[in-house]
Amino acid sequence: MRVSAIITLKKDVLDPQGKVIHQALDGMGFENISEVRQGKYFEIDVNENDPNKAKAVVEDMCKKLLANLVIENFKIIETQ
Amino acid sequence: MKSSVITFPGSNCDRDMDVALKKFGFTNKMVWHDDNKLPKSDLVVLPGGFSYGDYLRCGSMASKSKIMQSVINFAKSGGLVMGICNGFQILVETGLVPGVLLRNKYLEFICKNVFVKLDNKENTYFKNLNKDVLELHIAHNEGNYFCTKDQLKEIKDNNQIAIYYCNSDGKIEDQYNPNGSLKNIAGIFNKEKNVLGMMPHPERMIDESLSGEDGSLFFKNLLNNIR
Repeated sequence: MRVSAIITLKKDVLDPQGKVIHQALDGMGFENISEVRQGKYFEIDVNENDPNKAKAVVEDMCKKLLANLVIENFKIIETQ
Repeated sequence: MKSSVITFPGSNCDRDMDVALKKFGFTNKMVWHDDNKLPKSDLVVLPGGFSYGDYLRCGSMASKSKIMQSVINFAKSGGLVMGICNGFQILVETGLVPGVLLRNKYLEFICKNVFVKLDNKENTYFKNLNKDVLELHIAHNEGNYFCTKDQLKEIKDNNQIAIYYCNSDGKIEDQYNPNGSLKNIAGIFNKEKNVLGMMPHPERMIDESLSGEDGSLFFKNLLNNIR
């Protein structure tokens, strides 16, 4: 079963890369933007058919390695 | 006195650290990241570099490598563990010191000499050092120290801030902050002060004719404090 995880920076954490992307988009004429935040996206194939169990495994991965909970939040999405 | 320097895939300041430690009298051993056991040591150093290519987050993979469990146990039993640059990033990923190191504020790799002010000398690393401001070298892309408000209060209350970026007179101001670090923080202790993580490289300041001597002062003093 494929499970996806999205890692995003918490609200109070400065995202200099997101800021630069925002400026570049502004310069290209995309002016209707109030903020850009950059994150990470993972697709993980887990050898598990039970969606709840598969999601629990990926949640554990997020807590232990994929995300740093001091600055990041994660969201798990079942994709298949 | 015995020291160990851990080499991770992508470490590149491990041999410089080996040279520095030996120059001032440590008997140093290089330890591979995939080893299980730490040799008997008075000091363990996590060196600078780009462990695991800085994949995922700087230091995140290295913090999970085999040897780190022994390093964590050594630190928790009161052993001296020092992380420089990438080593500092590895330390925050293990949770031995609080906070994280984000991308530099202006997205530049910074490679230059800086001055740092010692904030706390009640510890083995800085005790008896006769200078309050050291000139050291930094070379990093992710040195922008950040922690939550609660963590900041806690590290202040416990005197865990080790060094601040400053000018040559020791003035700590925003204009002397190279990378956007919270409160100009360049280095942090754990609560017990046996674990030190810092971005500047003392091992690059051990030769008067090549660089400067403030790293020499640091290592000589550290050795005397451990003895």
